[in-house]
Amino acid sequence: MSASTCSLCAFAKSSIGRKLIVALTGLALVLFLAGHLSGNLLIFAGRDAFNEYAHFLHTFLHGMGVWIARIGLLACFALHLVFTVLLTKENKAARTAYAREATVQAPKSSLIMIWSGLTILAFVVYHILHFTIRIDSELAELGKNDPWEMVILGFQDSIVVLFYIIAMTLLCSHLSHGVASIFQTLGLRTKKTASAIKFVSQAYAIIIYVGFLSIPIAIKLFGYGCDK
Amino acid sequence: MPLLNLNLKVWRQDNADSEGRIESYEAKEIPTSASFLEMIDIVNDRLIKDNKEPIHFDHDCREGICGMCSMTINGVPHSKEQGITTCQLHMRKFSDGETIWIEPFRANAFPVVKDLVTDRSSFDRIIQAGGYISARTGSAPDAHATPVPKADADAAFDAAACIGCGACVAACKNASAMLFVSAKASHLNHLPQGQVEKDSRTLAMVRQMDEEGFGNCTNQFECEAVCPKEISAEHIAKLNRDYLAATARETVS
Ligand code: HEM
Ligand code: FES
Repeated sequence: MSASTCSLCAFAKSSIGRKLIVALTGLALVLFLAGHLSGNLLIFAGRDAFNEYAHFLHTFLHGMGVWIARIGLLACFALHLVFTVLLTKENKAARTAYAREATVQAPKSSLIMIWSGLTILAFVVYHILHFTIRIDSELAELGKNDPWEMVILGFQDSIVVLFYIIAMTLLCSHLSHGVASIFQTLGLRTKKTASAIKFVSQAYAIIIYVGFLSIPIAIKLFGYGCDK
Repeated sequence: MPLLNLNLKVWRQDNADSEGRIESYEAKEIPTSASFLEMIDIVNDRLIKDNKEPIHFDHDCREGICGMCSMTINGVPHSKEQGITTCQLHMRKFSDGETIWIEPFRANAFPVVKDLVTDRSSFDRIIQAGGYISARTGSAPDAHATPVPKADADAAFDAAACIGCGACVAACKNASAMLFVSAKASHLNHLPQGQVEKDSRTLAMVRQMDEEGFGNCTNQFECEAVCPKEISAEHIAKLNRDYLAATARETVS
């Protein structure tokens, strides 16, 4: 075994190095979610504001901007996925179970990270087929000219809305542990800042949860945008 | 003196290679003044009188400083009482008729030797990898020869309180040794005497930790919650920081 001839390779193989990759990619995704939410909430500013925003995204840097963002996000997502699956497998293999298991204080959200993560994965695949690639031909047609109307129509189906609710609930759970985790993994958490970090993490998770869900709920339950 | 009648569910395992099992024992008339280890001593005396194999367990100082008394009590290393080792646990914390589960510290890096006895020499190898300073031998230097800022002295002292018992690993869902390793690294990395070898120490200790087959930290802080010396997970954050800095410096140089 060649001990680290390359210190970066050793880093990517070490437990702490891989955790840092998970934290940095997680941070990038967390920042993306904040931006994505702010943009999406323009749906409540009306058809024109939202469509203008969608148009801006697709023409930014002569249409390159959206692709740069997509490739960057895909890379972060893939790295996050590969390393978390790898770490989780190792963690499961590192010990056998107690006949009587007990948890002292770890919150439930921290125990189900892999499951909340995999739900997010399933959701993201569906979400991209739904609103980005648009496998539904009716939505595909609208997507080109009137994204606002596409969203309103896209959330008419109760099953779709239900799936969004489930996925956002697990995303909220993932973030409530994940955001605080970033600080610890990057070495920024101390005894003094611990409670503030916990607060920020939970507040962020709740804002993301309420913010994203407000859209399908407003449309499906309160008929937002449905009166022509 | 009040006496307790307890049901014990104890992990019995003949050796490292055999399969273990939970066995039930009745622990009758245990004085509440007994320590947890004394309770097992009483049960063992009776087992020996009946010509049965006593329950094997590790212990040494029986005053909370050596870290030998490794066992998991009702799923929690050193029991759910905070800031104590098993030897400091008293039977008055239990009630009459209670069932108590007693198991060894579980981690693949801590193989079971027999019953509750585990082999924790993986910790020793981590210390050998970097948990020391290279210093001139000879007479001890004057205590004030190297000034240490108060904050650093306090942080180093808190980290140095680690007795290497392994409860952090046993409590961790991933059998991660991060609290132990970070305490040992932090102790020296905080002090002027530890600066020369700071980077090589950090890299070597983490590398050895990974090689021993401990899991990865998922920031759940179960370790901190069970540590008999109440060592803070703050040291883990420092280890992450020191590791990143050491890697960066190694890459550049
Ligand atoms: C929008 C998508 C996602 C975001 C914003 C996100 C965010 C995060 C963050 C911030 C962390 C904490 C990093 C750290 O340990 O410091 C994390 C950890 C983790 N994520 Fe994600 N994640 C996402 C998707 C996924 C997916 C698709 C999976 C699929 C398996 C996943 C699985 C995990 C796991 C297992 C952890 C480790 C938890 C731990 O170490 O405690 N995540 N995530
Ligand atoms: S026997 Fe020494 S700490 Fe318990």
